[in-house]
Amino acid sequence: MPELGVILKLLFLVLVVMGALLPVITWVERKQSAVMQDRIGANRADILGIRLIGLLHPLADVLKLFGKEDVVPLGANRWMHLVAPVIALVPGIITLAVVPFAGVYDFGGGPISMVAADLDWGMLYVFAVGSIATYGTVIAGWSSNSNWGLLGSLRGSAQMISYEVTMGLSLVGLFMCFNSLKLQEIAQAQDATFRVFGFLEAFGWVHALPRWLSFVKLPMWGIVLQPLGFILFLTCIMAENKRPPFDVPEGESEIVAGYHMEYSGMRFGLFYTAEFLEIPVIAMIVTTLFLGGWTIPWFSTQKIIGALNGTIGVGAATGLCLILHVLSFFLKVIVMIWLQMQIRWTLPRFRYDQVMDLCWKIMLPLSLANVFVTGIVILGIERLYR
Amino acid sequence: MLAQFAGVVAILVLAFVVAAGMLIAHRLLGPSRVFDEKQEPFECGERQIVSPHQRFSVKFYVVAILFIIFDVEAVFLYPWGALFRDLGLFGLVEMASFVAVLVVGFVYVWKKGALEW
Repeated sequence: MPELGVILKLLFLVLVVMGALLPVITWVERKQSAVMQDRIGANRADILGIRLIGLLHPLADVLKLFGKEDVVPLGANRWMHLVAPVIALVPGIITLAVVPFAGVYDFGGGPISMVAADLDWGMLYVFAVGSIATYGTVIAGWSSNSNWGLLGSLRGSAQMISYEVTMGLSLVGLFMCFNSLKLQEIAQAQDATFRVFGFLEAFGWVHALPRWLSFVKLPMWGIVLQPLGFILFLTCIMAENKRPPFDVPEGESEIVAGYHMEYSGMRFGLFYTAEFLEIPVIAMIVTTLFLGGWTIPWFSTQKIIGALNGTIGVGAATGLCLILHVLSFFLKVIVMIWLQMQIRWTLPRFRYDQVMDLCWKIMLPLSLANVFVTGIVILGIERLYR
Repeated sequence: MLAQFAGVVAILVLAFVVAAGMLIAHRLLGPSRVFDEKQEPFECGERQIVSPHQRFSVKFYVVAILFIIFDVEAVFLYPWGALFRDLGLFGLVEMASFVAVLVVGFVYVWKKGALEW
């Protein structure tokens, strides 16, 4: 029954992200900043005296948000005011549907792809869904009848749509390398290695270098094939999330809390959840596209199953491989979450004109150049090996 | 083909249930003491004098127009990128000529100062 499989895969991913990663990230945000700024950090929330190094703070947050009053400002568009936080949260959750958290396995009943919705145009889905979040920002600021809210939402929406252009263009080079828009196919293509100095043989320079160099292999990850694309994409997608250093829609000294300043209680909680939910979602997308997704570097799926099935049988070997891939995927996701936290607490925030200049004047030309340099290199390599 | 969308529909329902559930639970659990002074939009302790629903800087419209142009360009590039190996040199030259036209427009916009803040 395929529908049951789809629902199981969805529940697994949503529960891991919303039930485990999301609360821990709100704790990491406080604790990591505390460590970096030489403070103690969150450690006061307790149940019967048990503090668990501050891990109960997410629970205290939720209880507090539920206990707050739901204030709708005078003159606000009540319906839009209610819808905006929902529109902000939903895109983050539904992006999870296309994320492959493990590969394609055959347990005897045909191949099973470990992704809830294996869309052929998965990346288009990610872009399409991601751009809906802009509406949440615009509607929130416009509907709450507040000058600061409107200014915040104008800034936020201009920033988000600007970075969306560059985010799309920075990935074209990657699509050219892997010939696909399907996330599972992109991840599978990275389940391989290539010889770094293999191109020398095409020139007939086999003996020009020490022999061991021809055995140097790198995993065929997006970050190796598209290093500039990785930097551009990570910057853009972090700017889409509007967290520091790109937090120009907010600003305590100028426009107070920006577009969500007239929100209280759980309506604010939804914006807060959306912001923190996008951190693991960004980590998953970046991992799938650039860090090999679920693959284990230098050990392809066939290699692992081939090495194990002699001792424990094909079925158990495939199952073990599946578990290893899931662990590998979440290990990379956690590394990417850590990196985002590190960037957030290391860099000072940009001024608004700097944010827009970075996007339109630096990153847009660079991402266009990246597309054509990638094209010329791919054509050159194909010419070389013909 | 349509079976691909089962997961999308399922997660869409799940996402709306999560969001609506949080809002409904909040409505049931939270207090509600409504009076006019509290409901006023925040204005640093003053009464709101200027309505937010008025004209704002044209720069935001310019950015939105530029976004449309360049995002359509990006959408053209995705299928081209995915089929690049089949198209080969022909595809690269075709896309270069298409992007060259846009780059002329981009340089014009830049020189006109539409990207200055």
